[in-house]
Amino acid sequence: MTTAARWEHFPHQADIGVRGLGATLAEAFEQAALALTAVIIDPAEVAPKEMLRISCEAPDAELLLADWLNKLIYEMATRNMLFSRFEVQLDGNSLSAQAWGETIDVARHRPAVEVKGATYTALKVAQQPDNTWLAQCVVDV
Amino acid sequence: MLGFVPHRQPTNHLMKGLHMDLALFERVSEHEWCIKPFGKMRVPGVIFASEALLREMDAKVYEQVANVAMLPGIVGASFAMPDAHWGYGFPIGGVAAFDADAGGVVSAGGVGFDISCGVRTLLTGLRVEDIDKVKARLAEALYRAIPAGMGSTGAIRLDATEMDRMLKGGARWAVERGFGSEADLARIEEGGCMKGADPAQVSEQAKKRQRDEMGTLGSGNHYLEIQQVTDVYAPDIAATFGVKVGDIVVSIHCGSRGLGHQIGTEFLKRMVIAAPGHGIELPDRELACAPIDSPLGKEYLGAMRAAINCALANRQILTHLTREVFAQIFDKHLPQARLPLLYDVSHNTCKVEEHEVDGRIKKLYVHRKGATRAFGPGHPDLPKELRDAGQPVLIGGSMGTSSYILAGTEQGMGIAFGSACHGAGRAMSRHQALRNWNGSRVVDDLAGHGILIRSPSMRGVAEEAPGAYKEVGAVVDAADQAGLARKVARVVPLVCIKG
Repeated sequence: MTTAARWEHFPHQADIGVRGLGATLAEAFEQAALALTAVIIDPAEVAPKEMLRISCEAPDAELLLADWLNKLIYEMATRNMLFSRFEVQLDGNSLSAQAWGETIDVARHRPAVEVKGATYTALKVAQQPDNTWLAQCVVDV
Repeated sequence: MLGFVPHRQPTNHLMKGLHMDLALFERVSEHEWCIKPFGKMRVPGVIFASEALLREMDAKVYEQVANVAMLPGIVGASFAMPDAHWGYGFPIGGVAAFDADAGGVVSAGGVGFDISCGVRTLLTGLRVEDIDKVKARLAEALYRAIPAGMGSTGAIRLDATEMDRMLKGGARWAVERGFGSEADLARIEEGGCMKGADPAQVSEQAKKRQRDEMGTLGSGNHYLEIQQVTDVYAPDIAATFGVKVGDIVVSIHCGSRGLGHQIGTEFLKRMVIAAPGHGIELPDRELACAPIDSPLGKEYLGAMRAAINCALANRQILTHLTREVFAQIFDKHLPQARLPLLYDVSHNTCKVEEHEVDGRIKKLYVHRKGATRAFGPGHPDLPKELRDAGQPVLIGGSMGTSSYILAGTEQGMGIAFGSACHGAGRAMSRHQALRNWNGSRVVDDLAGHGILIRSPSMRGVAEEAPGAYKEVGAVVDAADQAGLARKVARVVPLVCIKG
């Protein structure tokens, strides 16, 4: 992880925005995934015990970001898991990734909210003037 | 690709938008504000609101109402209800109808992720004095019986055959499986079963996502509340609806769960990718749509209708679980607590309806995104016993504040295709709410006011704190005064199970 790597949330009136920043596009995607987990729970409370491989592709980098987050939302819902560590590899508009996490323990994790989907609202993937990468969108909760 | 430059674009589009500039509108009447077509708008935009509500409305609503007006085949106008706020593509509180014969579209973005999210209200036959002594027991029993929040699972597992039956049958399927009675079905839009549902258009992923989620409440703004009727504004209609001051009712707010979310996600992407091939220029990718008559449009309609049935079945199962709890607690001394259904409304849908346009009856595809169908008196889709009163319109407030029961009006049928507002709308972001409130303290404060909150997540409670929402009363008054729906009764919560 580089020093440029960080995530944050940004406000949307009905929901919440997730934003990942990184030295590379892949790192920004990893950080955006952490921001997604942070909508539900502090990622530090999720043990990276089990690993899952995820892949997806889309016509452009922005749709790929939404797809990546939607894959994670799907895996969280169907495996009843939370994720806290991510490694993303990008090859053009194809993504392959590893996500580490654990099964939800409602009593211990007390998840704040369930995410329904990543939207195309405020969806942006871009290199910034300082050469770092930004990957963001609003998620529906 | 925006067809226009908004007059007041926030300098940073990620910030909360600015409040509305009233100079952008022509005021048609006290509660109707018109955006004249400009740029690529095919029809005008119309926002129904009081001056105060419009002034406070996010400027993004203006942009979104105008963007919807650019979609092919839109009829009449692009409407926004008094609770409108910045949504995805469509404003939340948006209503738009499309004509298939005029190249009209169906929009996955215009329906949203939580397909057929809605509210139902059950009468109980109980009075506030019947509840007082057992309120805490009732809250605990409901909290145990109703799976709520992320990671909770329902007790019902559907195999592939049964899943398809549920997606075809909706609440009717649920009733056939012993969840509720035939009488419930007449009190649900579409008689509890959305026609034209095509389970074959629902992906395996969407079905898998629903596997453990039948009969679950979800999270966010979803809830189950025991409420007390505090005010009646239209006694004649209230009598028809079976509500009077001091009565106890139960309201359930939830949607199509993981299945609907997955269908929304998948079709949004497919429609965005297919749009250029359909010759559609999207002013905002979130407005992803396809011609109604295209294969993709038809596939979406089949899948979206299956998701409507999933939502109706889900609320029907939750109703059954609620009735079981009330039966356990009241059966011996108050056997009248049977919980008949007053009505069930859906908020995020696209439905085929007949409406009068320029003196002719037309078949239209009416999108309501965070808006409630509000059919007026005499509408053939209403059950006989409600036909003179108009459709019950159930408006949810925030946790700890009032909700309202309204009725559809004849006037409203001609204004916005028989539609009304759906709720309060957030006044601030979740982030801001977390900074302002502590969940445990919110629970304690509300308990001090006689409102019992049960939730698996205190952070979730803080994000949904009553102060994070707008006052729903002003929204309801504007809907009433604009003629969209008539105010019938006000209810306040006594117990709230929060996902």
